[in-house]
Amino acid sequence: MIQNVFWFLTFLAIISACMVVFSRNPIHSVLYLIITFFALSGHYLLLNAQFLAVVNIIVYAGAIMVLFLFVIMFLNLRRETEVQKPIAVKFAAVISGLILLAVLLGALLKADIQPGSEVDSQIGLVENLGKVLFSDFLLPFELASVLFLVAMVGAIMLGKRDPGEPTI
Amino acid sequence: MEVPDVIKTIPLNWYIFFATFLFCIGVVGVLIRRNALIVLMCVELMLNAVNLLFTSFSAYRSDPQGQIFVFFIMVVAAAEVSVGLAIIVMLYRNLKSVDVGILNKLKW
Amino acid sequence: MNISTSVLLIPLLPLLGFIINGLGFRKISKGLASIVGTATVLGSFLLSIYTFNYFLSNNSQPITVTAFNWLAVGDFHISFSFLIDQLSLLMLLVVTGVGTLIHLYSSGYMHHDEGFGKFFAFLNLFIFSMLLLVMGSNYVIMFFGWEGVGLCSYLLIGFWNKNKSYGNAARKAFVMNRIGDLGFLLGIFLIIAHFGSVEYSEIFGRAASVDTATLTMITAFLFVGAMGKSAQIPLYTWLPDAMAGPTPVSALIHAATMVTAGIYMVIRSNVLYTLAPATLEWVGIIGLATALLAASIGIFQNDIKKVLAYSTVSQLGYMFMGLGVMAYSASMFHVITHAFFKALLFLGAGSVIHAMSDEQDIRHMGGLSKSLRITWITFLLGTIAITAVLPLSGFFSKDEILMNVYMHSPLMWGLGVLGAAMTSFYMFRMFFLTFHGTFRGTDYQREHLHESPISMTLPLMILAVLSVIGGFINFPEIFGGQAWLANFMEPLFANAKQASPEAFHHAHLSHSEEFMLMGVSVGVAILSLIIAYVMYVSRNTVPAEEGTPIPAVQKVVYNKYYVDEIYDMLFIKPISALSYFFYQVFEFFVIDLLVNGIGKLVKQLSNLTRRFQTGTTGFYVFAMVIGIVVILLVNFWGFLFR
Repeated sequence: MIQNVFWFLTFLAIISACMVVFSRNPIHSVLYLIITFFALSGHYLLLNAQFLAVVNIIVYAGAIMVLFLFVIMFLNLRRETEVQKPIAVKFAAVISGLILLAVLLGALLKADIQPGSEVDSQIGLVENLGKVLFSDFLLPFELASVLFLVAMVGAIMLGKRDPGEPTI
Repeated sequence: MEVPDVIKTIPLNWYIFFATFLFCIGVVGVLIRRNALIVLMCVELMLNAVNLLFTSFSAYRSDPQGQIFVFFIMVVAAAEVSVGLAIIVMLYRNLKSVDVGILNKLKW
Repeated sequence: MNISTSVLLIPLLPLLGFIINGLGFRKISKGLASIVGTATVLGSFLLSIYTFNYFLSNNSQPITVTAFNWLAVGDFHISFSFLIDQLSLLMLLVVTGVGTLIHLYSSGYMHHDEGFGKFFAFLNLFIFSMLLLVMGSNYVIMFFGWEGVGLCSYLLIGFWNKNKSYGNAARKAFVMNRIGDLGFLLGIFLIIAHFGSVEYSEIFGRAASVDTATLTMITAFLFVGAMGKSAQIPLYTWLPDAMAGPTPVSALIHAATMVTAGIYMVIRSNVLYTLAPATLEWVGIIGLATALLAASIGIFQNDIKKVLAYSTVSQLGYMFMGLGVMAYSASMFHVITHAFFKALLFLGAGSVIHAMSDEQDIRHMGGLSKSLRITWITFLLGTIAITAVLPLSGFFSKDEILMNVYMHSPLMWGLGVLGAAMTSFYMFRMFFLTFHGTFRGTDYQREHLHESPISMTLPLMILAVLSVIGGFINFPEIFGGQAWLANFMEPLFANAKQASPEAFHHAHLSHSEEFMLMGVSVGVAILSLIIAYVMYVSRNTVPAEEGTPIPAVQKVVYNKYYVDEIYDMLFIKPISALSYFFYQVFEFFVIDLLVNGIGKLVKQLSNLTRRFQTGTTGFYVFAMVIGIVVILLVNFWGFLFR
């Protein structure tokens, strides 16, 4: 049963990832990406990482992808205006991507990967993660807030229109 | 202590291969698309592949630090996307296009 | 006064004078500059006398005064400290005493010169360096002073630097000295390598435990330094050229003090030299050769200062000859008396030049005895002193050296006496040509003949007195004297005697032999005097003017055996030809080709590779991915395909 779920989610993720890359319409890409994120959240649930599953949906599928959609609609990119790269370039890109895959897979196949001997299924729960996050990782956590602030300021600065600049 | 079924039945290797696949799809996407938005999305895809890898290792080895790391990656990704999208908007405003092929001034 | 304060003040006073005159020579008036310059050296002289008295009243115990720790490298320390013993006290008295007189003289001689304050600053700096040289308690401080006096010599020879040939003479002196200094430096390095210290006390205490070959090497290198500084063959040619400097400089630096640094150094290192008889042999031979060569050149020179310069080289040769036969105290004796009469002669020559409106050629002088009475008398005393006629100071010191040489080798003695004869001849030749006969200068010069001011004649008179009585500080036992100097210097050789007792063991001459030797040398000197008198006073011969044909042998000697030309041919011409070759061929075909070729190659390659800089972001990403793949492949190659 659980294997079937795993394979279903895996294929769903891979196929929709491929569709993100190959679909012509940006909006479709976004939607496929959302599907991919949902599939990944499913995987997180299987791994008992419930906190991450929820956060993934809220942050990625919710916030970030909505932002993407918003920008696409804002810029009015529904039309398939994208200029395509030459077929040779695409071919070369795919080939190099495949070589990368082959090298990584080859190395990983040969690697001796050992799962831990003792498994504690509770680590992914909010309570446990929170304890670790607010004890060992308190400083990075606080710094992350600074990062957000900087990103926010930066985004506003970039998006602000200079006086006299024409509207879109 | 209850162990998730998937850990019992699915080897860790499958997750690693899966994550590698996703990552390579992201790479190919970055390489063949010219729409800056799609390129950004493919970057997100690669980030998520890495997230999955972290999470699976964390779960299989019962180490919460991996998941904490994923959490921080999400933080950085959110910041990155906000800035990246702002850049794309500005790009569009100046060039009336989101084609990365137009950005060819980075040369001698 | 505290003795260490007084010792520290001895070199500090001239340094103070240098700083005042050196910084303020544009602002300070001439009178003040000469007062500052002279008073500081006089202060040092008085302090030296005070220190000398203290030393005598304190049972002649050596005093070491450490100013500060200068260099510390790990366990190796060099302290900036001064050693006051018999040798340094004698040198101190000579340097500061003669130095004071020459400063006084300079205030009159240089009075019309615009660089007056600068001149005094340099003189003070020289005195400071010389004091460091003789007072230092280790070889590094000696080297410091050694370089300092070399620098001052350079500055002062080229003092009138608007004249290009004077500047060249200064450079020649500097370069020649550098060759010697390199040897000296190598000697110091060897000492550090073998003794692990540069302090005299430590080195001399342990010298006997080092093998003879090493000591021979050390002493030979040190002697190379002495050759340069004390103008011995083959590094002597700079000294006659150094006469380009103002006459007081010639008197102070190139006659009385600096050139004796080499002798001081050998006497200071007497333990090492005693233990290295092979080097001593060479010291003696080179000294003798220099004495003869310089004396023979001196016979035909017509420049009053050149004659004195060659006589200085020759006298230095005698001193080294004395050192070569281990007559250390006799050489020191000659250093002291030579300082008196050579300073006197140079200052007298300066007075003559002053009176003759800067004429230096003795062919254009003559009959000056009537107008320059004081100069004439003092110059005569100096001349008699240098020609070693009884009982002036030169007689005692030179005779003591010759006596020791005779005990070592009668042949060397014979040659030494020959040199003494030549000395007597050329000195009196110069004296007669200058002061006797008829006046041969221009009418302008005749009208302006005048005796020098008191500030110049006073030092002459003092030095004349010293030249006359200076010999009595080492009045030999044969005349019922005490040989005070030899006894005073005895403790200096204690280490050497302990290390090698047999070296000091030589036969004593009987009194009749001693009288015989003295008689011969005095007789020879007087004979030369008579020949010179007959030639230049009775027959009124005047050396030929430039351009008139002269016999071949005389021509060779007159041109100083063409040594400068030989050096020019042997060293300068080949090096300059080689440099020219490198400049014309190597520079053009190798260096330029290489440099320009590399430039062109880079340009070509970059022309090729710049095509990769398409500027398209997509291409860069692609290149990055390829790069990552390559890096991974390289890293995992062995892992993947093992």
